[in-house]
Amino acid sequence: MKSLKFKIIDIIYIVMMILPIAFAIVLQVLTKPVSEGISISGARIFFTIPMPIQDFIVSESQVNSALVIVSILFLCLYLTHGLKERIELKRQHFAELIVEKADGLVKDNMGEYFKGYSPFIIAIMALSAFSSLLSLFGLFAPTSDINIVGGWAILVFFLITYYKLKCGPLYYLKGFTEPVALLAPINFISEFATPVSMAFRHYGNVLSGSVISVLLGTALGGLSSMVLKWLPGFLADIPLFQIGIPAVLSIYFDVFSGLLQAFIFAMLTMMYVSGGFPIDEYNRRRLKKAQKALNNK
Amino acid sequence: MEIAIGIILGCCALGAGLAMIAGIGPGIGEGDAVASACEAIGRQPECKSDVTTTMLMGCAIAETTGLYALVIAILLIFVAPNLLVDILVNTISAL
Repeated sequence: MKSLKFKIIDIIYIVMMILPIAFAIVLQVLTKPVSEGISISGARIFFTIPMPIQDFIVSESQVNSALVIVSILFLCLYLTHGLKERIELKRQHFAELIVEKADGLVKDNMGEYFKGYSPFIIAIMALSAFSSLLSLFGLFAPTSDINIVGGWAILVFFLITYYKLKCGPLYYLKGFTEPVALLAPINFISEFATPVSMAFRHYGNVLSGSVISVLLGTALGGLSSMVLKWLPGFLADIPLFQIGIPAVLSIYFDVFSGLLQAFIFAMLTMMYVSGGFPIDEYNRRRLKKAQKALNNK
Repeated sequence: MEIAIGIILGCCALGAGLAMIAGIGPGIGEGDAVASACEAIGRQPECKSDVTTTMLMGCAIAETTGLYALVIAILLIFVAPNLLVDILVNTISAL
């Protein structure tokens, strides 16, 4: 039987999971200016801190992203609270399922060498998925801001370059002249196109969904005031068409598209990182080094 | 002045519309990918999950060119008009 202390800690975790989202909603209600008609705007800027080269801007997307991170942290703490060798709680099954799936996915796509990467991959996937799902609460989804997604893409770019440099800088530079030395400039551009395309893919998908949702909502409002103006009294003022119909699109754009983009971002991360690592050359060099050390002895 | 601002706004909207012509390519490409995936599942229903995952990945990558066009169109609609009108006003006031 669960003790009182265990239950209290559980409740604290659950409250801390919900609290960041509630805080974000309160913040939005307090700071968002009332607007009518089509209003498609970027992330609102809360305040700027003056810095020597470029002002440091704290915007809505950064705050929301940080709140999502806190929420995910307490979700993980809740799921892993009270782990036992002999399973007592239902949530342990769920936690083990997630870990097993992530390990399997990373092993299938990245190979044996990268099997320690599953926490990173699942973290980036969860962050992306929960950030996109934040728009279900009517909040600004951090993934529809290029600055947030661009940051992740730059992180992935550094990882790719780190693994490409594993066999030494000379081997890395030689990779640019494949298959012909003439193509070196194009290879150089495609090196930097990777993070740009990753960031644009994620951000473009989420942003286009929110733009289309706003346009459709406004169009339905106009249509209902045009069609239903014969209704008596205040009934004519209520945009009846806006009820329910945008929800169908929201399932696709907010839920399906957001989760799919999270999955694709994680898959591409795995593919680029494991694809950039020259595993044959690395193994060959390590073998050579080991033989040399053996000979010296 | 009004005519100049009107030309800027109109050309931004036209440019955004023209940029989205690039949406044709991903449409055809993704349709092709899904058609092939359907054929593959019809031939070998047991590898449905693998084919679906690969198809979604391929669709996402085929979508990229269309999304570049989308980003340019969004920049032209939401960012470029303010920027260009500011430049115009500054140039005229400097004269």
